[in-house]
Amino acid sequence: MAALRVLVGVKRVIDYAVKVRPAPGGGAPGDLPRPLRVQTQGVKHSLNPFCEIALEEAVRLKEKGAASEVIAVSVGTKASQETLRTALAVGADRAVLLEVGEGQAVGPREVATALAALAGRLQPQLLLLGKQAIDDDCNQTGQMLAAMLDWPQGTFASRLELESGAVLVEREVDGGLEKLRLRLPAVLTADLRLNEPRYATLPNIMKAKKKPLEVIPAAELGGTPPDPPRLKILKLEEPPARGGGQKVQDVPALLEGLKQAGRI
Amino acid sequence: MALRRVLGLGAALGRRSFCSKQPLPPDFVEALRAVVGAPNVSTATAVREQHGHDESMHDCAPPDAVVWPQAVEQVQELAALCHRCRVPMVPFGTGTGLEGGVNAVQGGVCFDLSRMDAITELSLEDFSVVVEPGVTRKALNKHLRGTGLWFPVDPGADASLCGMAATGASGTNAVRYGTMRPNVLNLRVVLPDGRLLHTAGPGRQPRKRAAGYDLTSLFVGSEGTLGFLTQATLRLHPLPEAVAVTTAAFPSVRAAVACTVQVLQAAVPVARIEFLDEVMVEACSRFSKLELPAAATLLLELHGSRRGLAEQQQQTEEIVQLNGGSSLAWAKQLEEREQLWAMRHSAWYAALALRPGCQGYSTDVCVPISRLPDVVVETKQDLQDSGITGPMVGHVGDGNFHCIIVFNTQDPAEARRVHAFTERLGRRALAAGGTCTGEHGVGLGKRALLREELGQEGLDTLRSIKTALDPHNLMNPGKVL
Repeated sequence: MAALRVLVGVKRVIDYAVKVRPAPGGGAPGDLPRPLRVQTQGVKHSLNPFCEIALEEAVRLKEKGAASEVIAVSVGTKASQETLRTALAVGADRAVLLEVGEGQAVGPREVATALAALAGRLQPQLLLLGKQAIDDDCNQTGQMLAAMLDWPQGTFASRLELESGAVLVEREVDGGLEKLRLRLPAVLTADLRLNEPRYATLPNIMKAKKKPLEVIPAAELGGTPPDPPRLKILKLEEPPARGGGQKVQDVPALLEGLKQAGRI
Repeated sequence: MALRRVLGLGAALGRRSFCSKQPLPPDFVEALRAVVGAPNVSTATAVREQHGHDESMHDCAPPDAVVWPQAVEQVQELAALCHRCRVPMVPFGTGTGLEGGVNAVQGGVCFDLSRMDAITELSLEDFSVVVEPGVTRKALNKHLRGTGLWFPVDPGADASLCGMAATGASGTNAVRYGTMRPNVLNLRVVLPDGRLLHTAGPGRQPRKRAAGYDLTSLFVGSEGTLGFLTQATLRLHPLPEAVAVTTAAFPSVRAAVACTVQVLQAAVPVARIEFLDEVMVEACSRFSKLELPAAATLLLELHGSRRGLAEQQQQTEEIVQLNGGSSLAWAKQLEEREQLWAMRHSAWYAALALRPGCQGYSTDVCVPISRLPDVVVETKQDLQDSGITGPMVGHVGDGNFHCIIVFNTQDPAEARRVHAFTERLGRRALAAGGTCTGEHGVGLGKRALLREELGQEGLDTLRSIKTALDPHNLMNPGKVL
């Protein structure tokens, strides 16, 4: 078996089926009057779907004998341990939690920095991430990470094939499909059509409880203290409620209605 | 209307006939609005028409009003109101039934329960979960992702789980995991007068019980004629560790069906075993763009542990060889397996595509396995003799198969031939000791055959139960009885 180590980034996000609401605002002294966060207490969370696809691909590489070890890593609070246990149940060999404090702002740049530092320690040949997270839809972490490590990147991967010392990636781009050959080590981000992820089964969930899960405070990794976050949320609100529709008799009435609504 | 007459559906066995549709009492709609709020009541034509039909070809029969209750207390209040005013009530889940179960043939109020969609009390140690009518089976399985459990009853459509309980649904996995009946542990029912009933007692989900008459089993398959199923406690199962799927082509229908019987007799715990005749295989191949040989085909799925699966595969291969089947190519990757099953699940549309512009009608007989080869072969001969387009597909592991009859409903001669064929098929199944409906339910179209199947005493007993629970025949009148 090739001695290829794969690092898979996974993120714990609010489950796609949940109706997201702004968190109840105010209350504690020093709190801003309008909420700048969404409700996460008591809300169902799960593994980000694109991270699931990345993880599935890594596990398949191991099953094919192309990879020797799959390590799942997450940058998050203690709660992300449950997400990592799911990753272990799907087939990762071990997991690492780069822990951050509750309420600490963690965006793509902070995650990429932490992952880059961990990559320095673990020396993987392949870094697989989901193309984006479904909570912030940033689509930046993989790209930033590749730039920080100065590694080639294959984003929006819909097919990948390992060769000796390189990886063949088919990317979904606006114009169609693009095929790249990237020298390893490389960063790849998974798109929807890469594979259909498996469900964790009970025997594997039980085995996963025994697999190693290491917790490292993210701040300790870098050596130097992390930069302050550069993004600031200015406003967070629900989209406007949908109003009733109106039927009009003819075109002049339509134009009148549009004028009254200030649309023309 | 004409089509219903032609198919012999005009004879009602209940006290009300088709023609006794009464208008809603004055101020009734206002009273509905007072319970659930004006946005949750509609008398708009388009909305009523949407709620007046399902996936069958029974004519649309819109209700007089549609309501969307948000909580069980509202269902109770609305039911009590309808009961006081003697207004018929029709429960509605996803409208994916196949027997006209939601058609409001006597008007009344349609209770669209889809806004009640809570999933609660998931217990990983007890393997149970509680769902409301708005939860569909695919939504539940997605919710269970990561727990290692699943709900295996799979009728094809993404149906409401409470709706599946109401019709006693089954599907491709029934041969191993059972139909809805053994997988429903408790039901929260709103009776026609608004009282609340928990069929196994409130908050209970014992895996087995001997406490009194089995009310849960009574309401499963009651097709909305005894009460509203507003919550179901379901039995979950562990996901299989390993899965493999294959197709196998046979030289004849008899060989394929005999192979099924032998696989079951060899006690191979097959998870799904589906039969497609050569007409169906060709239609599906064309529709789903796969290249399967046009021959009587079996589509099999095995579940097990890694080592157990290998043994099952070997046993299956031997039996298939013995019956002259083709060599097997096992699909293990999720994408390949999903592709094969998607092909099978789109059988309905593939059949309709054989004769664009025509409508479809699915038969649903179920016979003892020992009689299956004969019944299938005779039915196929009957189809050919009658000149009817009716590709066959079926859960042969249960002895259940469907002829998807595709015909021009506007052609009275063809409609008569189809009607005669379905009657003969129903009677053939009954003569073989089977049932006229294995999983779709009686609904509007099979009431005449029900009397032949159960006999007068059976039917009278059903009527006594119906009268005891719904003396004014307000719950989904015109169905089942």
